[in-house]
Amino acid sequence: MKFRKTIFSATVVRGVISVVSLLVLWEAGSRLHILFLSAVPAPSEVISSLEKIIRNGKFWNDWLASYWRVAEGFIAAQIIGVPLGLAMAMNRNFYNFVFSPLEVLRPIPPLAWVPTAIIFWPTTELSIAFVIFLGAFFTVVLNVLGGARNIDERMLRAAASFGSRKSDIFWKIILPSTLPSIFTGMAVGMGITWEVVVAAEMIAGKSGLGYLTWASYVGGNYPQIIVGMISIGIAGYLSSALIRFVGKKVTPWQRQQ
Amino acid sequence: MSNNPSQSSAPAPEGAISIRNVSKIYDPEGVNVLAVDNCSIDIAPGEFCVIVGPSGCGKTTLLNAIAGFHNITHGEILLDGKAICTPTYTAPPGSERIVVFQNGALFPWSTILDNVAFGPIVQGTATKREAEEAAHRLLAELGLPDIANRYPNELSSGMRRRVEIARALINSPKVLLLDEPFRAMDALTKGVAQEFLLQVFDRVRKTVFFITHDLEEALFLADHILVMTTRPGRIKCALKVDLPRPRTFHVRASKRYLELKSEIFAAVREEAAKAFAAGERELA
Amino acid sequence: MAVSISRSQRPQTEDRERKAESKVGAFSMLAFRLRQALTQPGTYVGLLGIISMVLLWYVLTELLALPRFNKLPGPVAVWKEFTSRTPTYGISIYTPDYYMHIFWSVWRVTQAFFWATILGVPLGLFMGWRKTFRDYTFPILEIVRPIPVLAWVPIAILMFSGIASREAPIIFLTFLAAFYATVLNTMLGVESIDEVYFRAARCLGAKPRHIFFRVVLPGALPFIFTGLQIGVGVGWFSLVAAEMLSGEYGLGFLIWDSYVLSQFQVIIIAMVTLGVIGYFFSAAIRIVGNILMQWTERGSV
Repeated sequence: MKFRKTIFSATVVRGVISVVSLLVLWEAGSRLHILFLSAVPAPSEVISSLEKIIRNGKFWNDWLASYWRVAEGFIAAQIIGVPLGLAMAMNRNFYNFVFSPLEVLRPIPPLAWVPTAIIFWPTTELSIAFVIFLGAFFTVVLNVLGGARNIDERMLRAAASFGSRKSDIFWKIILPSTLPSIFTGMAVGMGITWEVVVAAEMIAGKSGLGYLTWASYVGGNYPQIIVGMISIGIAGYLSSALIRFVGKKVTPWQRQQ
Repeated sequence: MSNNPSQSSAPAPEGAISIRNVSKIYDPEGVNVLAVDNCSIDIAPGEFCVIVGPSGCGKTTLLNAIAGFHNITHGEILLDGKAICTPTYTAPPGSERIVVFQNGALFPWSTILDNVAFGPIVQGTATKREAEEAAHRLLAELGLPDIANRYPNELSSGMRRRVEIARALINSPKVLLLDEPFRAMDALTKGVAQEFLLQVFDRVRKTVFFITHDLEEALFLADHILVMTTRPGRIKCALKVDLPRPRTFHVRASKRYLELKSEIFAAVREEAAKAFAAGERELA
Repeated sequence: MAVSISRSQRPQTEDRERKAESKVGAFSMLAFRLRQALTQPGTYVGLLGIISMVLLWYVLTELLALPRFNKLPGPVAVWKEFTSRTPTYGISIYTPDYYMHIFWSVWRVTQAFFWATILGVPLGLFMGWRKTFRDYTFPILEIVRPIPVLAWVPIAILMFSGIASREAPIIFLTFLAAFYATVLNTMLGVESIDEVYFRAARCLGAKPRHIFFRVVLPGALPFIFTGLQIGVGVGWFSLVAAEMLSGEYGLGFLIWDSYVLSQFQVIIIAMVTLGVIGYFFSAAIRIVGNILMQWTERGSV
């Protein structure tokens, strides 16, 4: 009974109506070559392109390639970023020392590093991974810092009054309190990571969904462009959902009653 | 509006509230919760009526119904003979019955002046200049120092509450609804705030519907106290407080006050113990 | 983040308080904070950090000239190029070309940001305020949003192939990135407004249009400015990528072009310029926000 109520609730119905209307307008606009949609392929064309490309097995290689890059850069950002953020939270001097150079480097968009990375790293793959790493790194550090700063003073004082050792305070209070922020940072970092992956693949890649999207354009296969775009969207959404899922499992105390 | 022939030269007293057999059932996630059960209250115009009861007993539900924030499941609420809340109709919130909220609701992004002048301006009953002048006058009348250009964040909670009362009064409401307005204050500030409220009351004599869980506060302020039971909230008993007005803090030591105090403590304590045992969650 | 002057730092008497209050404004706040910053050891450690970073860069690339690092330009080379009157590659603080590229990037971001604000803020406000409206618009937003902005590059080029075909795609991409951030944060801002303020306004006789302009808009303002700051950041990010892929002028284009032409010092010059300008955009928005939202600046109880 409740399930049926949720499926047919006003909210869902309205949502469906608006999405369907949008698709209809898009289809009409493309077919009739109206304004901005004159060169844009219609949904129907996109769907037939999708069918074709799924039959061609190479499509999944591109998915894998992109996911692989995302994972590399993302994990590297976590491995370096989380401990760095925590270290900065623990020591005032270290924080001041590291924060300024970080703040100076942060406004430089990660993609601006592409040429420098290509010059420096021996392979294209490594340079792409480096740029991806940069993209996620700053977000991760900032979120860890934010989470650590928001730790309730009282918890720390309570622990100190129980006579806890510094390592205990770290592992049992600071780390768990920061975990939600770490995961938020991961989810946000994931979004940026995909942006960078896509752009890097377009600029300098030879495989992957971003490359697929760009190559479709260059090759004149316009409906495939949109297939690429939607694939990236889905891929990105799945990875963020995965992180949220893991995050919820790791922080059970955050569950709302 | 009721016409009293013996006072045909003076305007008819306004602000009579009748709560008749009112019940309210909440339905969060399909579980029926009877918040208020068959309450009947009559409040005369210009009367200071206080409702006391343990947390979660439905006092705020009644206030919200009078204010027009939600409807009721049974019964009716009348203001000066006109129905303002029934199971099928809820008069929208309006300036004839203004609420002063528990944690304060002064708009933090507006100055004190803009806050107080808000009502007349949005209702269109005064131009901006007129409203601001009226606001200045009212603030001065209420003895509030020259704070018109400050922001609420800069003031103490006692001052903020006073400004909020001013913001309500400038609209000449028929009824003032106060939902535990002094709850978050320390005892010292609370005493001063209560005296302030009484001074204002003595001057304007509007009907006041006041909610609190503080019995001393109820005795100090009220003409008429109603004790509510724990959920589902019923009116357990009523108490007439015949202490003379104007009241100052001295009245708290008077004999009559102490008599009334033991009466009301006995009535409420039973309910409070029940609520405690039932593990009632404190309403924020 | 607004810093509040704690009560203990306020002068004691009413008179001095009032005089000080009238002088407190955005600029005196800045001066105050500057003075505070200069007297704290933390500032100097920070400076040390930056100097160490530049030193490390110098050591790795020019002094020791380690294997991979020696291909990169070092700070000395970059500085020489940047400050030379006749730079080898035509870009230094003395060449008009440098400022032309800056102008183009800044101009594009400004346009995109303008549109993102004009369209995004009202949309976000309505989405937060009226559930029905949100029911119709939010699903579309949430379906389109996961697609990375830069994945739109080819479609953006196609969309504007007839109209302003060079500038429009770049501005569109920058706009899109800023737009998402603006709408979402604005919507969150409205949702963050305590219900109590709506109730109070209704009690006082406010009609829907009053509630919109006097509760919804000011109440959401802090979040709106956060959104604008984020928007400028991601917009800037998208701009550079878009310029690298398809631009003709601008700092992003400059980076890619100098890479292709092996003018490595220029790459660094452009990168640093990007960083500095990006920072100033963010700071500018923050300052405007602080001025508009005086009620959060002034003391807290």
